[in-house]
Formats: sequence, C-alpha cells, structure tokens
Amino acid sequence: MSYHFEFGWLLQYYPEISKGILITLELILVGGVLGISLGICCAWVRALGPVWLKPVVAAYVELIRNTPFLIQLFFIFFGLPSLGLQLSELTAANLAMVVNLGAYSCEIIRAGIQATPKGQFEAGESLALTRFETFRHVVLVPSLQRIWPALSSQVVIVMLGSAVVSQIAAEDLTFAANFIQSRTFRAFEAYIVSTAIYLALAILLRQVLGLIGWFIFPRRTAR
Amino acid sequence: MITFTLWDILRNLLLATRWTIVLSVVSFVGGGMVGLGLLFLRISKRRAARAFAKYYIELFQGTPLLMQLFIAFFGLGIFGIDVPAWLAAGLALILWSAAFLTEIWRGCVEAVAKGQWEASASLGMGRLQQMRYVILPQALRIAIPPTVGFSVQIVKGTALTSIIGFVELSKAGTVVTNATFQPFTVYGLVALIYFALCWPLSKSSQILERKLNVAHRNH
Repeated sequence: MSYHFEFGWLLQYYPEISKGILITLELILVGGVLGISLGICCAWVRALGPVWLKPVVAAYVELIRNTPFLIQLFFIFFGLPSLGLQLSELTAANLAMVVNLGAYSCEIIRAGIQATPKGQFEAGESLALTRFETFRHVVLVPSLQRIWPALSSQVVIVMLGSAVVSQIAAEDLTFAANFIQSRTFRAFEAYIVSTAIYLALAILLRQVLGLIGWFIFPRRTAR
Repeated sequence: MITFTLWDILRNLLLATRWTIVLSVVSFVGGGMVGLGLLFLRISKRRAARAFAKYYIELFQGTPLLMQLFIAFFGLGIFGIDVPAWLAAGLALILWSAAFLTEIWRGCVEAVAKGQWEASASLGMGRLQQMRYVILPQALRIAIPPTVGFSVQIVKGTALTSIIGFVELSKAGTVVTNATFQPFTVYGLVALIYFALCWPLSKSSQILERKLNVAHRNH
C-alpha cells in the first residue's frame, strides 16, 4: 500500500493549531509559576516547617507522585463536582498542573535546601535574622540555584504531560491534533506535526528556563 | 436501576489492574533490553552511533508519551498494518521507557571512575570486555535505585494507554464511572490502586539508595 504524505493542507487548520499552542503555553506558564511557588512552600514545610504540618505535606507529595497525572485530572474534573466544586475544563487543567508540579518540585527543592551547609543557617542567626528571613535571604536562592537544572527538566516533563488535558476537552495542542484527525482522517500528518511542535516547545522551554536561571541567580565569578 | 456496591466497583477495577501490571512488566523488560542496546550505542566510540542514540533520546524525551501512542496507534494503521491497542501501547511504552533508561544508565556508567576504564585497558581488555567485567558490575550497583524509581513512571505511563482504548485500570475507571455515576468514588479508588502499585516501588528505591550509598561510603 502506498500512502502519500501531504502537509500543505494542514495550513488551513492554522487557527486551531495556534490556539492549541497558546493554551499549552498558558498551562505551563500558570503551572510553572504557581506550581514552583507551591513547591517552595511545601519544601519549606518539609525541611524547616512546623512538625504538625509535615505529615500533611508528605502525604500530598507521596500521593501525587505515585498516581498518574491522568487520574489526578479526572479526579479534579469529574470527581470534585460531586463535592459541589464545578470547574471549567481549563481551570481544572490548570489546577491539575499546579498540584502535580507542586509535589514534584517540592521534593527537588527540598533536596536543595537540605544540601545547604549548616553554617549558612548559623550565619543567618548570628546576623539576628529570624528563621524565615534566613530562609528567604540566605538559603532559598542558593538552594534553587543548586537544583535549577533538575527543576527545569521537571517543568519540561510536566509540559509534555499536559498533552493529557485534551482528554477533558481542554483545547490544548493535542486537542487540536485530535480535532484535525477526526475531521480529515489523516492521523499521521496531524500527529507528526503536533509532535514536532511539542519537541520544538520542549527545546525552547529548556532554553528559556536556562536564561531565567542565568538572570535570577547571582553569577559566581570564581569557583 | 441497578445499584452498585463498593465491592462491585472495586472488584472490576482490580480485575483491570492485571492489565496495568502486565503492560508495566512488558514495558519495563522490553524497554530495559532496548535501552541496554542504546546504552552501548550512546557510549560507543563511533560518532554516528553516539549521535543516533542521542537524537533517539532527545526525540522520545522531548515529545509527549501520548503523541507517541497516537502515532503508534493511528500512524502505523495507514501503512495497512492493523494495529491492535495492546500492540501500539506495548510498542510505544517500550520505545519511550528505553530512552529514559538509557539516559539513567549512561549517568551510572559515567559515574564509574575513569581510572577503571584505564586500568582495564591496561590489562589488555577489549571494549566489550571492559564493559562486561569491570564497568557494568560497578555501574549496576549505582543504577539499581534510579531504575526502580523509573519503574514508577512506567506504571503511571500505562494510564495513558486507556486513551487509545487499551482496557487497563484507567479505562476501567472511566467505564465503571459511566455505569455507576460515581466519579468521586471510582477515581478515588483508581488513584488508591495506582498508589498501592507505585508507592512500594518508590519506597524501595529510596531505601536501596540509602543502603547502596552507605555501602559506597564505607569503601
């Protein structure tokens, strides 16, 4: 059997594809910013926070890390309405991204905090900083700097995982691919092109995260 | 109207869990074998082999697993090959996990001190012999905890195969939800079953890491 590849006709679906790309980008932007913020809070609790809160955060992290993103998404979108919490597709997708990345980044950031030498905390204390100020000004930035590469790859992984949100009809890039596939039955072209876009997005995202790291962390001139 | 007890729901989910487990084992074993082959390419002396493995890894790590599943499922079909869901699922998961396992193992091989390569070379060993007798036994020790840790990702990855119609735990969750109209209970139970599968793996990975590291420090 012969199959003729044609990619030109895909251009007419430009609006769907570009909308899909924008929503995928929005998901990773919201998920990235809020997720890492949540991760920092959780990491603070796990490493230095009040004892009564630790098991709560530990349970959250373990539960999220050991269940598939798809099920978390279904639980939020289909399950929560029975508790009276009805969310739109996009809100549910965003919430799932934040919750998911929050748990993963918590563990990564915690590793960074725990790798901080004890002397740093003592130095902060001797400057009469409170525990929180020490964390904020002395510990946090070097910890983030230490684990930034790992955190960046996790963000990329979560971005790729976001393809799943098409299953609750959030109109991301995968949704666009499915839409085109169902209209034209040309599955191969639709999926190859969207896969290539994802690859480009992943490479771009890695570069951007590298640049962000380069800007926010103090450059060390000598090692 | 038929009413479903909690036990009815749980029993059906547990029956489907078998397929999640089978698919995970197949993907892990298959991915491990392909990954080992890729590992040899990745650290080979030939530039072309290294480049091939590098681009393979870049491709499979840089694209969503869901897309890989779609291409395996819909894409192969157009060449006149009738692809059942289980075949597409197994194929995509094997190729996907191979990419990650290769990268994990490469890190482990590189963690073996360079002097070990030089020492074994000075004993007149060929490259395969060096790998077989000197490098891999040491790398294996370092590789066990992250490999066990990655198996959790595979179990979670199998959830995506429900989307192309392979009936495993996630698909069963959707089917049972449609029959019972109890999404909260059903997806809660599905999450708990996944947790019961994955958590022991995560935990043992952590324990192994601690154990093997302590042993390493005592050297």
